[in-house]
Amino acid sequence: MNRDHLRILLPVLSLAILLAAVFYLQPRAMSYFGLNLLFNLAVPVALATIAQMMILMVNDIDLSIGTFVSFCACVTATFVQSDPVIGYAILLAAILVYAGMGAVIHARGLPAIVVTLGMSFFWSGLAILILPSPGGAAPDWLRAMMKAKPPFLPVAIIAPILIGLIMHYFVKRSSLGVLLRGVGGNAQAIERSGWSVLGLKAIAYGIAGLFGVLAGMALVGLTTSADANIALRYTLLSIAGVILGGGEFTGGRVSPIGAVIGALTLTLAASFLSFLHLSSDWQIGAQGAILILVLAVRLVFTRREALA
Amino acid sequence: MTMTAKNNAVPTPKQGVKYLLGALSRKAWIWAYLAAGATYVAAILAGSGGGGGGIWSLLYVAFTFASFAVMVGIGQMFVVTLGPGNVDLSIPATMTLAGTVALKFMASDGALVVPGLLIAIGVGLACGLFNFGLILLMRIPPIIATLSSSFLFQSLAIWSNRGLRIKPPQSLADFATGGTVGIPNAALVALLVSVLAWVILEKAIVGRWILATGQNKRAARLGGVPVNAVHFGVYVGCAVLAGLTGFMLASFSGGANLNMGTEYMLMSIAVVVIGGSSIAGGNSNVPGIWAAALFMFLLVSMLNSYGLGAGVRLILTGLIIVSVVALASKKRGRV
Repeated sequence: MNRDHLRILLPVLSLAILLAAVFYLQPRAMSYFGLNLLFNLAVPVALATIAQMMILMVNDIDLSIGTFVSFCACVTATFVQSDPVIGYAILLAAILVYAGMGAVIHARGLPAIVVTLGMSFFWSGLAILILPSPGGAAPDWLRAMMKAKPPFLPVAIIAPILIGLIMHYFVKRSSLGVLLRGVGGNAQAIERSGWSVLGLKAIAYGIAGLFGVLAGMALVGLTTSADANIALRYTLLSIAGVILGGGEFTGGRVSPIGAVIGALTLTLAASFLSFLHLSSDWQIGAQGAILILVLAVRLVFTRREALA
Repeated sequence: MTMTAKNNAVPTPKQGVKYLLGALSRKAWIWAYLAAGATYVAAILAGSGGGGGGIWSLLYVAFTFASFAVMVGIGQMFVVTLGPGNVDLSIPATMTLAGTVALKFMASDGALVVPGLLIAIGVGLACGLFNFGLILLMRIPPIIATLSSSFLFQSLAIWSNRGLRIKPPQSLADFATGGTVGIPNAALVALLVSVLAWVILEKAIVGRWILATGQNKRAARLGGVPVNAVHFGVYVGCAVLAGLTGFMLASFSGGANLNMGTEYMLMSIAVVVIGGSSIAGGNSNVPGIWAAALFMFLLVSMLNSYGLGAGVRLILTGLIIVSVVALASKKRGRV
């Protein structure tokens, strides 16, 4: 067991405990159909969490991801559905804007937290222009994909596993992934050894944009319509997911598998609370309490890690 | 410090003006004032004033609304000064909770204004203590700690009166919406807070401690700065200011409602950065907060008066904020 393993143990354990609690409260959830329902909305959250992780990996933070996912959802429910060519062109342009944002943030030494806050206005403005009132429709293939029923495991389980594994190999094993983590760990060292930090940051932001687009598309596939405020919660959920999954705000220390598990845990926490028949007054508060609880347990873990 | 030393050299008038201009352009907050001035002119030209005396009435309204942003902005500024990763995301929830609880307690009874104010401050104090406990005792990163606690505060606010709108006592409402010698009372309160904050930051030993902690925590600790006490004071102070602002805002707008704090999440961070304080910590200023708060309000009223749709307005707001930040930081980089 090395440090990485220890780091991933806690998110896995908290997900397992929460899942056991849900099964105890509602044994009928222990089925193909039940799992699909429990984790259905986890797919877009997991994708948005990966997007946030790419940004945290290079020591920045993205406070616009929620509005960006909403914008992508609006584009998917309108243009992608009616004029696919224009729709995909818009989404591609949005990814390029993200990459450009990363480059500008680095080149001018701007605080990412403020630039992304400003951009969150920009995206939500565009979303309102595209879809002034809730509506639109999901492209058929997308709906079919999100609602597919493969044998043995539902999409809601397969998709997060796939996302986690692919990103694990990208971030932890590929040379580009190592470089990107290096930017978070010590940007100066990367610069001095001849790499362009500007380019690397643009790539990190571009990948984040790509996952934001995927999150928006997945969301529309599930809900079959969109509105301009559909994913505002994702900003906070995605940050919490990365941190729950063992990631840190600085130093390029992130775990893609942990981030996906963190996203699943947060989605499950919402279902768990509704199974508890908790008064709706306390729903948000209980989510905060679960977050604090997991982080408190992590403190015990990291203390042990430091001793070992 | 160096400025006063140079001033002693008694410059000739011409050099003095040149020096003044030079010194001003070196102040990070000057750009925020220029931006605010430009937006003000643009808003006037677009006719937001509406009729005679519009120039002044727009300024009056701008100062009223800016003062709420200034008060939370100052709290946020102290938090941001502590260094990278220090942000208080629980400000909106603290405002809502303090406003809700205080107004519920006062129950529109004019005799209970002072206890109500104390309750709002007490709620802020409790929220700040809770945040600080999470950050120091449980070593949770401040962003996540204040985010999780804001969920709890929000739930408490919902539970405490289920979104029922209770009117503030008449005398309090009159004070919050009124003005003294042509200056809104809210702005006077904010001015008082700003002067206090300026003295703490620039003239008191505590201010040096806060800046030192933000520049290098380890060095500050080794240099004998009580780093934990500084964190305690800053987080609790920020929450108390948020509580006070919630109280004022609820009195001003005729009652507390559950999402009254929402826009102040962005606002509190934006005014700090546009005002020229370093988001990386250790370098902050109070005057810039006022400029940035006025700028943010005038920007919205300017875009409103051009009669643009909500979508275009949001897009322009975003683009202008990003450009101002980009411009200001370029100038700062050169110095």
